[in-house]
Amino acid sequence: MAHIVIIGNGISGVTAARHIRKLSDKKITIVSAETDYFFSRTALMYVYMGHMKFEHTQPYEKWFWKKNRIELKKGFVKTIETKSKTLHFTEGDTLQYDQLIIATGSKPNKFGWPGQDLDGVMGMYHKQDLDNLEKYAPNNKVCKRAVIVGGGLIGIELAEMLHSRHIPVTFLVRESSFWNGVLPEGESAMINREIINNGIDLRLGVNLKEIKADGNGRVKSIVIAETGEEIPCEVVGLTAGVSPNIGFIKDSDIETGRGVKVNRFLETNVSDVYAIGDCAEQHEGIGMRRPIEAVWYTGRMMGETVAQTICGNRIPYKPGHWFNSAKFIDIEYQTYGWVWAEPKDNEARFYWEHDRGKKCIHLNYDKTTREFIGINTFGIRMRHEFFDRVLSEKRSVDHVLEHLADANFDPEFYKLHEKEIVAKFNRENDTNIQLKKKNWKRIFQTS
Amino acid sequence: MKYIQNIGLGIFLTGLAIFTSLIFLGKYELTPELFDATINSKGIKSELFINEIKSEVLGKTFTNPFSFSDKIVTAIESANESHKQNSEWDKVIWDKPHSFSYQIAKHAGTGLIKENKGLFWWLTFGLGILGALMCIIPNVITLGPAGIKNNGVWLNPATNRGWIGWFAFVFLVGFYLLLYFRPDYIVNWTYIVDPFSESISGNMASQWFLYGFLYCTVMTVMAVRMYIKYRHNKYQVLRTTSVLFFQIVFAFLIPEILVRFEKPWYDFKNAFPLDYDFFYSWSLDELISSGGLGLFILVWGILLTLVIVPVMVYFFGKRWYCSWVCGCGGLAETLGDPYRQLSDKSLKAWQLERWLVHGVLVFALVMTGFTLYAYFSGAEGLLGVKTQTIQDIYGFLIGSIFAGVIGTGFYPIFGNRVWCRFGCPLAAYLGIVQRFKSRFRITTNGGQCISCGNCSTYCEQGIDVRAYAQKGENIIRASCVGCGICAAVCPRGVLKLENGPEKGRINPTEILLGNDVDLMDLVNQK
Repeated sequence: MAHIVIIGNGISGVTAARHIRKLSDKKITIVSAETDYFFSRTALMYVYMGHMKFEHTQPYEKWFWKKNRIELKKGFVKTIETKSKTLHFTEGDTLQYDQLIIATGSKPNKFGWPGQDLDGVMGMYHKQDLDNLEKYAPNNKVCKRAVIVGGGLIGIELAEMLHSRHIPVTFLVRESSFWNGVLPEGESAMINREIINNGIDLRLGVNLKEIKADGNGRVKSIVIAETGEEIPCEVVGLTAGVSPNIGFIKDSDIETGRGVKVNRFLETNVSDVYAIGDCAEQHEGIGMRRPIEAVWYTGRMMGETVAQTICGNRIPYKPGHWFNSAKFIDIEYQTYGWVWAEPKDNEARFYWEHDRGKKCIHLNYDKTTREFIGINTFGIRMRHEFFDRVLSEKRSVDHVLEHLADANFDPEFYKLHEKEIVAKFNRENDTNIQLKKKNWKRIFQTS
Repeated sequence: MKYIQNIGLGIFLTGLAIFTSLIFLGKYELTPELFDATINSKGIKSELFINEIKSEVLGKTFTNPFSFSDKIVTAIESANESHKQNSEWDKVIWDKPHSFSYQIAKHAGTGLIKENKGLFWWLTFGLGILGALMCIIPNVITLGPAGIKNNGVWLNPATNRGWIGWFAFVFLVGFYLLLYFRPDYIVNWTYIVDPFSESISGNMASQWFLYGFLYCTVMTVMAVRMYIKYRHNKYQVLRTTSVLFFQIVFAFLIPEILVRFEKPWYDFKNAFPLDYDFFYSWSLDELISSGGLGLFILVWGILLTLVIVPVMVYFFGKRWYCSWVCGCGGLAETLGDPYRQLSDKSLKAWQLERWLVHGVLVFALVMTGFTLYAYFSGAEGLLGVKTQTIQDIYGFLIGSIFAGVIGTGFYPIFGNRVWCRFGCPLAAYLGIVQRFKSRFRITTNGGQCISCGNCSTYCEQGIDVRAYAQKGENIIRASCVGCGICAAVCPRGVLKLENGPEKGRINPTEILLGNDVDLMDLVNQK
């Protein structure tokens, strides 16, 4: 019986294991040095905030692993010997595999800042980071101020976490506006406002120069490069992005770049070794996607795909239409298709913002063909299926606006803005799009 | 703001302490006139009991309800014992001893509280309401901008089964034990709501009027908390308003007003089998003898259970009843909201739930079968089992212990829907309809789930919502009461309660939306 070993018990590795079990009787072992059981990484923030206990972030009860004959091994892989198909652990023991899946995820970026390894400096990625935060920032008496460096999704989550315990936060963002490498101006400005309205000290367009230590190797303050300002703080959160967590692979025969290099079948250069999730790097990005996609959903999709290949149905990783979501303090965000920070030459845009400034939608479509390319939606929930279908069927922006009521996914009785949105579009574009009433048959395609 | 909240907490606790201490205050003096009146109205023929009371109770002053109750209960029990031995069945006092004792105590009580009902209302209910609102209303500011703010829920000993939770548990269980089994200990509480009872029904307040009044008060105050907490969520605001309306108007005011016009006390929204004594012989006799209205109630009650309830569940799911109308649900969604995260999400709990809740439904139906058989045949029982015995067991185990003591008393430990999830026979019935024939579902939004677990954690019914959402599968569960909190706490907009076409409602999937379309087709069609 073939032995499948998966390094990493995150969403990618666990999805692969589940699907391999569904398709086969192979022996499966998941190796992790981080935690005993799979947990939802994206939910760590809620543990610190007190919304949940750590156990609640674990999607499967303990019996699940036994019932599905998925063995869990706690250990840190030191080296991979691909010729003899052996894993060597730092504890000294070894494990033989027939097929290996590397799903080790990411680690927070550190850019060589002076003081980046002091006590009280941390990322927000691993379970250990959460434990560290609980130690160094249990409340606003122990931690009188925290500084966060790096304005991405993890940065704003960490800010919200600390804010929930009334710890003053200074948030250093390199860009001139929050996450504006990804978000267009309107959306980015909305999130700037949301951060400031929550009492977070947002500093745009600044970089970290150094982190200073007190006499005991702990953080005392940080210095801003541009102004030289020194900000006293007890905790520094480094959230300037993540990169593949593949240090232990560098000395093996497995080809790496920034991540583990894989082909479309998620196979590495060494036979019987695969890589999926955040740590996998495509030789060339698929479609408009980046070669490394550090997103929950893509990790899951790669897990679903590689399981097929391992179980004899060799298929390429062929993700469908791009989608993503996040929550910026109180503002929910979903995106379907592509809406770049800056429009490309062939693209036209339509932006609508609610007068209270907490909801907006941004449509991207082709100037000449009017084909719908993508949507950003903030503060209004939309149906994934609707937009996936619209993108597959290459519908026009006019079609999308006409059927906006079908797309809405907000809870019942919520105020609807579709009329207002369509009216604005008609005004700006001299069109006469008529909003159709919501229709269950269209939504669920039952006719 | 914190300052106001702390003062509010102090005022609330003072009110609660005064309320609790009222039990121990006041005096009880049974006068010969009062006693004669009671004996006459009750038709008591037991001279043993009468003599015992005359020598032990009459003319004496009792300074607490316990010794007073003890004397009366002992007198009833010893008299009954010898009457039963001598087969003097007409002399046996069939009333429950503590209920009989309550009726005497209610009249025999004297002193501070009975003479100052208004004052003591303000010192208990008044301070309680004021203090609670002072704690709750500043949340508009302290919780920050509108949105999901469950910050610190699992860090707070009141809401994480900590010491405050256990204290609340003991208090609530104690309250329900007194209410159901020792009403004669709490006559002082009933005095302070006498003025309300007299103005609505014209009668002095019973312990059940007190309970109804307290129920409405608690729900109203805690509804204010809901309005603030979910002010960004119109579904929650409307739902809270609805349960509050049905509790105050249908469960409290209308039945009391009916009594004023000498009609049967009836809650028009309380459907059988939750209303388990609807078919009891005394209930049927009362309805049949109450003229047109009585007959209307009889027909309405039957229609409600057989037609209205299932048809509404078909269109809207059981939520229309359980979290928009029902009184038990109403308390769970207001007073119980801070405890919703404490429900057990394990598979074992789900298995237990299915056995228990359907077991209670079967029990209720069997008991009603016996009851109706006895009513129409005139027999005392069937197959050697007395109808009265089954009714007593049901009333005690399910009606009092499960629905009251466990159902509400266990809020701070097992979450706010213990009764609705494990015990309510009506919920079991609605659940069967919801599972197999309904348009209601919680739609999962394609592949957007990140398995964070907020939905499962805050599901009061202990449904592992995430287990479905992370597979891209709609949530179709018999127990779902459609409170809508899973959708509210979801950070990624994955869940939506809706009533759509039955076709495709149940949609098990293997590969989620967003992946390779060919792979989805291949795997999902297997």
